[in-house]
Amino acid sequence: MPVANIQVSETLLVLYALRRADDALILGHRLSEWCGHAPMLEEDMALSNIALDLIGQARELYTYAAKAEGKDNDEDKLAYLRDVRQYRNLLLVEQPNGDFAQTLVRQFFYSAFADLYWRAMMTSRDTTLAAIAAKSEKESAYHLRHASEWIIRLGDGTDESHARAQAAIDHLWAFTGEMFAVDEGERALIHAGIAIDPATLRGRWLTTLSDVVGEAALVLPQNDWMQQGGRAGRHSEHLGHLLSELQSMQRTFPGQTW
Amino acid sequence: MYTQALNTAEADDRGLEDAARAAQFQVRIDAEERIEPNDWMPAAYRKTLTRQISQHAHSEIVGMLPEGNWITRAPTLRRKAALLAKVQDECGHGLYLYAAAETLGSSREELVDAMLAGKAKYSSIFNYPTLTWADIGTIGWLVDGAAIMNQIPLCRCSYGPYARAMIRVCKEESFHQRQGYEIMLTLCRGSDEQKATAQDALNRWWWPVLMMFGPPDATSQHSDTSTRWKIKRFSNDELRQKFVDATVPQAQYLGLTIPDPGMTQDADGHWRYSEIDWTEFKQVLAGNGPCNRDRMAARRKAHAEGAWVREAAAAYAAKRAQRQTAQAAE
Repeated sequence: MPVANIQVSETLLVLYALRRADDALILGHRLSEWCGHAPMLEEDMALSNIALDLIGQARELYTYAAKAEGKDNDEDKLAYLRDVRQYRNLLLVEQPNGDFAQTLVRQFFYSAFADLYWRAMMTSRDTTLAAIAAKSEKESAYHLRHASEWIIRLGDGTDESHARAQAAIDHLWAFTGEMFAVDEGERALIHAGIAIDPATLRGRWLTTLSDVVGEAALVLPQNDWMQQGGRAGRHSEHLGHLLSELQSMQRTFPGQTW
Repeated sequence: MYTQALNTAEADDRGLEDAARAAQFQVRIDAEERIEPNDWMPAAYRKTLTRQISQHAHSEIVGMLPEGNWITRAPTLRRKAALLAKVQDECGHGLYLYAAAETLGSSREELVDAMLAGKAKYSSIFNYPTLTWADIGTIGWLVDGAAIMNQIPLCRCSYGPYARAMIRVCKEESFHQRQGYEIMLTLCRGSDEQKATAQDALNRWWWPVLMMFGPPDATSQHSDTSTRWKIKRFSNDELRQKFVDATVPQAQYLGLTIPDPGMTQDADGHWRYSEIDWTEFKQVLAGNGPCNRDRMAARRKAHAEGAWVREAAAAYAAKRAQRQTAQAAE
C-alpha cells in the first residue's frame, strides 16, 4: 500500500524553511546522480562533496520546518512524503544534469545566489536561520569557487566546451529569475527581519556572473523572460520523476524504521 | 600527465638486475625494511605491485557503481548522506591507490585505459547486482569486512606507498563495515519483510564474498613470490578462514542464517564451510557475471562522455601556462 502524502500546515515560517530545504535537497540529489559517472575522479569527489553539503543543509532546514510546524512531521516525512505539488523548490535546481556543462552552469547560477543569500541571512532575527545561514554561507562560497573555475575552464577551453557552456547558459537562464522573486507571505517575513529580500542581491549576483562569464569569453543572454512556479508547487515534468526515485522506499514500505 | 618524476630509470629494467642486487633487495625485505619509490627493485616486484595496486584502485572505482545504484533511493536522508559519503570515500581510495601505483612508473591514464580495455581486472564481487536496500547493508558488512581482512596485512606490505595508503584506507573501511552492519541490525530488528530482505541479501552475497579472497592456496598463481617479497603475509585460505570465523557470530547476533547447511564448528572453534563453487568464480572472472558488461559499460560511458571535459581542462591549463610565460617575458 503506498503511503498517502502528509499534510503540512504551511505557516509563513514553515513555508520559508521548506522552500530552502527543497532547493538544497533537490539540487543535492541531482548532484548525487553524478557519483560514479563524472568525467574525472576528482569531480566524482567534488560533486559528491557539494551534494553532501546541500543534503546537510536540507536536513537542518527540514528539521526546523518540522519544529516550526509543531506537529509530528520530521525531516524524512517532509522529504519523502510530499508529492510534486507540495514541493517548493526553484525550477532551476530540478533541471536534469544534462552534460557536465549544464550541471556546472546550474550550480554556478545557484551558488552565486546562495553565497550572497546565506551571507545576508546571517543577520536574520531568527537565530536558527541565522545559524543555518552561517554554515551554508561557508559551504556556498566553496561551491561558487568550484563552479566558477569550471565555467572559466569550459568557456576558455576548447571550441566544444565553449559551445556546450554557452548552450547551458542559454538554456538555464530563464530559470534564474525565480531566485529573486518574493510573494506576499515572504514579504511579511522580510519586514519582520526574519528573511532578507533577495531582490536586493540581484545586482551583485549579476556582477559575479558577468565577471566569471566574461573571463570565460561567454555571454549572458539578453532575454529577460523568466519561468516561475516552483515556489508555489508548479514544477517542470522533471521533478515528478526525481521524486518517484527519491521516495520509492518510503512509498513502497510505509512506516518502517531504516 | 599524472606521472610523477621519480627515478624509475629504464636502466633499472634494462637487465642490470644482477644477482647481487636482487640478493641485497631480499635482505632488506627480510629485515622488514620498507621499499620506497626511488629504491632499486626487481622488475618483477615492480610489475607485481603495479598489477596489484592498480587492480585494487580499479576495484574501488568500479565498486562505486553497485552502491551508487542506491544513492538516489536511500530510504532516509541520514542513510542517503551516509551512503553518498561512503561511495565518495571509495573514490578517494581509488585516487589514493592510483597515486601509489604511479610511484612505480605507470600513469593513471595508462592504468585506467588498461581497465577500460578489459586488460586489467577488478574485484569480481562488483559484478553482482544490488537489488534491494539490504544489499547496501550486506556490502558494507561483508564486502568491506572481507576487504579489511585482506587489507590489514597490507598495512605491513614491503612497498612503502602501498602500505601507507592501506593504513588510511583500512580506517575508512572499518567505519564502512560498522555502518553496513548497523543497516543490517536495523533491518533485522524491523518488520518481518525487512528481515526477509536482509536474509535474502546474505543468501546472495555470502558465496561471492568468500570468493573475494581468491582461489584456494593449492591453485593460487601469485602467492609464492608475493609472500617472499612480503607483499602478501597470509594465504588466501588463511584469510578466508579468519573472515568466516569473525563473521559467523555476527550473523548469529543478527539472527540470520549463513546459507551453508554443511557448516560446522570444529573443536578449536573454527567454522568449517562447505566447498566453494569455483566454476562460478571463473565464470565471473571470465566476464560472465551478472553485471560485468553493465559495469564496464558504465565506466566506459563515463570516460567517453567526460573526454571533452578533460580535453577542455587540459586546453585551458595549456593556455594559462602560455599566458603566464608571455607575461613573464614582458
